[in-house]
Amino acid sequence: MSYTRVSRRTALKTAALSSVAAITAPYISGVYAAGSLTLGCWDHWVPGANNTLTKLCNEWGEKNKVQVHIDYITSQGEKDKLTAAAEAQAGTGHDIMSHRDWNIRIHENLLEPLDDIIAQLIKQNGPISPVAEYLAKIKGTWRGVPTTVGSQVKPCQSRFDLYNEQCGVDLVDMFPADESKYDKAKTDKWTWDLYLDCAQKLHKAGYPVGLPMGQTSDAVDWVGAFFKSYGVVFIDEKDQIRINSDETRKALEYLKKLMAVNPPEVYAWDDAGNNRWIISGKGSGIMNPPSSWAVAKRDNPKVAEKIWHHPMPKGPKGRFVGQLPQFYGLWSFSKNKSAAKDLLLSISQRTSVAQLVEASFGYDLPSFKSLYDLPTWKQVGPPVGTTYSYPLRGDEETSMAGAPARSEVGAQIYNQAINTVMVSKFTQGNEKLDDVIKWAENELEGTLRA
Amino acid sequence: MPAALAGMREPEQTGGIAVKPYRWQAGDSRMADTVHTWVPDLQRARAKTSTRSKLDKFIRQRSTIAFLMCLPLMLIIASLVIYPAFYSIYLSMLNKAQTRFIGLGNFRFLLSRDVFWMVVQQSAIFALSAVFFKAFIGLITAHLINNLPAKGQRKWRGMLLVPWVIPLALSSLGWWWLFDPTHSAFNWILAAFGFNEIPWLSDPYWARFSVILVNVWYGAPFFLIMYLAALKSVPEQLYEAAAIDGANAWQKFVHITLPMMRNIIAITVLFSLIVTFANFDIVQIMTAGGPRNMTHVFATYAFMLGIRSGDLPLGAASSLFMFPILAIAAVFILRGVRKRGREIG
Repeated sequence: MSYTRVSRRTALKTAALSSVAAITAPYISGVYAAGSLTLGCWDHWVPGANNTLTKLCNEWGEKNKVQVHIDYITSQGEKDKLTAAAEAQAGTGHDIMSHRDWNIRIHENLLEPLDDIIAQLIKQNGPISPVAEYLAKIKGTWRGVPTTVGSQVKPCQSRFDLYNEQCGVDLVDMFPADESKYDKAKTDKWTWDLYLDCAQKLHKAGYPVGLPMGQTSDAVDWVGAFFKSYGVVFIDEKDQIRINSDETRKALEYLKKLMAVNPPEVYAWDDAGNNRWIISGKGSGIMNPPSSWAVAKRDNPKVAEKIWHHPMPKGPKGRFVGQLPQFYGLWSFSKNKSAAKDLLLSISQRTSVAQLVEASFGYDLPSFKSLYDLPTWKQVGPPVGTTYSYPLRGDEETSMAGAPARSEVGAQIYNQAINTVMVSKFTQGNEKLDDVIKWAENELEGTLRA
Repeated sequence: MPAALAGMREPEQTGGIAVKPYRWQAGDSRMADTVHTWVPDLQRARAKTSTRSKLDKFIRQRSTIAFLMCLPLMLIIASLVIYPAFYSIYLSMLNKAQTRFIGLGNFRFLLSRDVFWMVVQQSAIFALSAVFFKAFIGLITAHLINNLPAKGQRKWRGMLLVPWVIPLALSSLGWWWLFDPTHSAFNWILAAFGFNEIPWLSDPYWARFSVILVNVWYGAPFFLIMYLAALKSVPEQLYEAAAIDGANAWQKFVHITLPMMRNIIAITVLFSLIVTFANFDIVQIMTAGGPRNMTHVFATYAFMLGIRSGDLPLGAASSLFMFPILAIAAVFILRGVRKRGREIG
């Protein structure tokens, strides 16, 4: 018998070559055959809501042999926007990133067209929200898919007991938890004039409404919806500045009266200020998604039991509610675009949307009105049916502060909170109406640079 | 053994001091080659020895060691400070989509905006008043501590340094709770004593006061510790001589302490001005620039333009606005420091 002597060097060389061969060999079958996908998603306020999205993604991953990894990034301190900005600058990062409000427009050049997915979703669900279209359809191309997770509107959230006692207005009767029972004669009475009347009475009774007037989205959104219902236009589609109008003057005069019956601290509130106001039991109404009601259920259940979500008041030009959708964007530098598109389509299906809405107790709002018949909004409580009118019901329409200006300009108007600063100058700073409008004109002129 | 290797190894074995020719013994199979090549190898080895010794000397020089030890820090500064600084200058000269060079276009645009001029004014009010009060409070407390008996000094020094040691984001959050627009702890105390509540953050002027107050609270200990160190270095004999001449405490302060501390005051003020002008955390956490944009400073305004509104070049231009002004101020202040240093030397 002959033995071949193998030196240490030869043994090492052979081992190294074997390793290289093993790594570079074609991968046959296995769990990760279709590669991997990474997602940077908005970290949900509602405890446990992230788990449902993770579950849906993992189910899809197992079915398609794709490894899915999700990083949940908080919007606290705009960390999600910072991450997106860093990935855009570096040209590397997650495959899919969730983008709030105007971020699709900001990163449009680095986002893949997603028209095929949107076309399929519209085919399945009917018309899509015009606000979503305004924010994500750029030069005729969809650059983002509206998410269910985190998308929201900000209707009235009121203490129906206080409205009943102090103002003689029965909100539950006016907006019952069944749209077919809406009585137009009653809902038409819910106007900004009636709102002011109630606000004054509630203020007198020691339970003022709390409408934020800072520079964060809750403030910008409700003021945007209010202005739209008064027909105020900042800049039109043709880049014409239209702020100097009778509509603006009327709206500002109205707000002078309304802000006088709000607590003075509303000018310093961030997006949590109004939530705390209603949860504390001091306030009679805010304009918010049901997150504050959900927290009140835990922290102050007696208050939560008396909260009712209902449409916004009607103005001379209609009834509008501020909408703030989120989107999934697919980076152009993603390595697995077809898998990413498949995943986005999967989590946008009605069955997935239903699970996501349920996990968030109705906070998450899809961008298709046909999906507003999901059972969660009718079932959750107490009081049962409180969130039924959180999605658009009756004649309510969505609005986006900054629209109808082209979205590059609208983004500046919105993010620099020109509408709330203008209102604050008039109502808190007591500046002259003409000076305030002149200031706004100057600021709007600056946004046209975009 | 190959000849070249043999020749190379010999000088090393002797430490490069004395090269002793080595003769291989007869019968050694490696010897024949070695003997023939020995002499030229030895010369090469001597030359090598000389190069090595120069290299050795170079490495052993104090300046080389100092440079090598500083190298990691220099690399960190180059990659995390110098590169981003130059990159932001480059960024500030691009259009919004970062596809076109527009020179000083972003700066020209900013100068035409009312809000930007308000930000300039607020940043100046914020930085100048905060630095003044930090220096003033730091000077007074440094004197107070310096006059304490040595035994109690350490305790006071430690306690007064606490604000400076706590991470700023954390302490700003604590202050925000104290000033909370609706549930302010300060207002609760005021109300308990029958006073009216103060709109700490909802009134623009009170909000300015609040952010300056927090900045002073945070930054004063830095001045305290620097001034305390400077006070300790003033020779006691000067005070003794002044006392013999009949100088009172104020005269000692004006004619001895202040001149001896001028350099440290200049450097701390310069350093603090730069840091305060660049402040972000306090304003962002407490007011986010509101109400009515009246508490924005350069950094928060740049964040709003660059990150929230997605115009990074404009944000970069806004954040760089103070750079030339502070750079010129730094040149003059540091020149003064050098001049006084030479005079003292």
